[in-house]
Amino acid sequence: MSADIPLDGRWRLDPQVALRPERFGALAYHFGTRRLSFLKSRRLLEVVRKLEAAPDPLAACRAAGVEEAELPSYRRALATLAETGMIVPAEAAA
Amino acid sequence: MKLIEEFELGLDAPICITWELTYACNLACVHCLSSSGRRDPRELTTAEAKGVIEELERMQVFYVNIGGGEPTVRKDFWELLDHAAEHRLGVKFSTNGSRIDDAAAARLAASDYVDVQVSIDGATAAVNDAVRGPGSFDTALAALERLAAAGFVQPKISVVVTRHNAGQLDDFKAIADRYGAQLRITRLRPSGRGADVWDELHPTAAQQRSLYTWLLEHGEEVLTGDSFFHLSAYGEALPGLNLCGAGRVVCLIDPVGDVYACPFAIHDEFLAGNVREPRGFEGVWRDSDLFTELRRPQSGGACESCGHYDACRGGCMAAKFFTGLPLDGPDPECALGHGEELLARRGSGLEIPSPAVDHSRRRPPSRACDENPLADFIAGA
Repeated sequence: MSADIPLDGRWRLDPQVALRPERFGALAYHFGTRRLSFLKSRRLLEVVRKLEAAPDPLAACRAAGVEEAELPSYRRALATLAETGMIVPAEAAA
Repeated sequence: MKLIEEFELGLDAPICITWELTYACNLACVHCLSSSGRRDPRELTTAEAKGVIEELERMQVFYVNIGGGEPTVRKDFWELLDHAAEHRLGVKFSTNGSRIDDAAAARLAASDYVDVQVSIDGATAAVNDAVRGPGSFDTALAALERLAAAGFVQPKISVVVTRHNAGQLDDFKAIADRYGAQLRITRLRPSGRGADVWDELHPTAAQQRSLYTWLLEHGEEVLTGDSFFHLSAYGEALPGLNLCGAGRVVCLIDPVGDVYACPFAIHDEFLAGNVREPRGFEGVWRDSDLFTELRRPQSGGACESCGHYDACRGGCMAAKFFTGLPLDGPDPECALGHGEELLARRGSGLEIPSPAVDHSRRRPPSRACDENPLADFIAGA
């Protein structure tokens, strides 16, 4: 994870978000903000599903089989999901 | 494959559905896209409507846009709203505000799953009431006042852009800010009664251009329901999906359960089936001939050679259909003016399709006892 995006520690899907797997990845809908987001690959869906069990998002990426070279693009995708409140620090969501 | 191409092939379940709960309405807006007025006696029953909600939950549809008619006149409106929340189905409903009293506002403010959209079509009573009827502006603002007082967080104010309100965009934004609301601006479609007034009410080319610039300036803070994707041909794409999602990612369920490709296409040509069929809504969505056809690669026809085709995708199917233009040609409001040229060349021999379903109130009824269109409003008002 790059230093400018605070994605340290344990993260998870916001409890108010529903995920729907699709051919291309998944749709994510936040019932609180009523925002719809797109996860543009099945792998990213895997990463998001593994967030809560992983010590940090980087570990979740590795556990989902993301290649080193692809890490920056997954980091950007996770940062966008964090900005829009789709994923949240695990403590805050409790 | 790009996301937009995935969507054009259709999804296993819609992203969202527009569900007109009733054709009954206490207003008679001149541009009503569902030609609403009188209740249809074949309306889905409470049990049937609940069945649809459960089916949508199984399909993992996230939310429905509930409209009408005026949905709150259904006696089971609140019951259905509760049922949707119990089944984790988000609801955004459109209302003219006439039934949002203090109790309704408090009830709405207490729910996480409900979003409210109050319609006004002018930033002043004069402009609004000319389209929506006398007193409707004050009624809408009173509803927004009550929602704010009850602590409802960020309702929407929904505006259909017309020739007469296109100059009021900043005023609409100011009204929205005053009530802590988010502004939603959508396109006037020549659908339903809108077909009768579209020629006089649709924005001029110059107004469209200003609208496009205004929308770009305001970005995602102003919602559009992606209804202006045809304007992306002016240059930069507007926020949103920028595609026609009809039968691919969205559809309409009408009050009697008919499933149409989109909310602006209530016509046999775009009728895919009915939720009362044994295959249910899911079967209609997955297997109907119409939706299967819409999910095949579409021809851009006359537009294919245009350098902007990737931006506007040929525009809105319903807008073309109800103005008598070919579906594989330009949108009547094509940013490059190709639609206008075609409209001007429409000969007298051209037959413009008229809405097949019309629940407009006829006044006066031939005999007083023929119908009681207001039955629903009097009871429990």
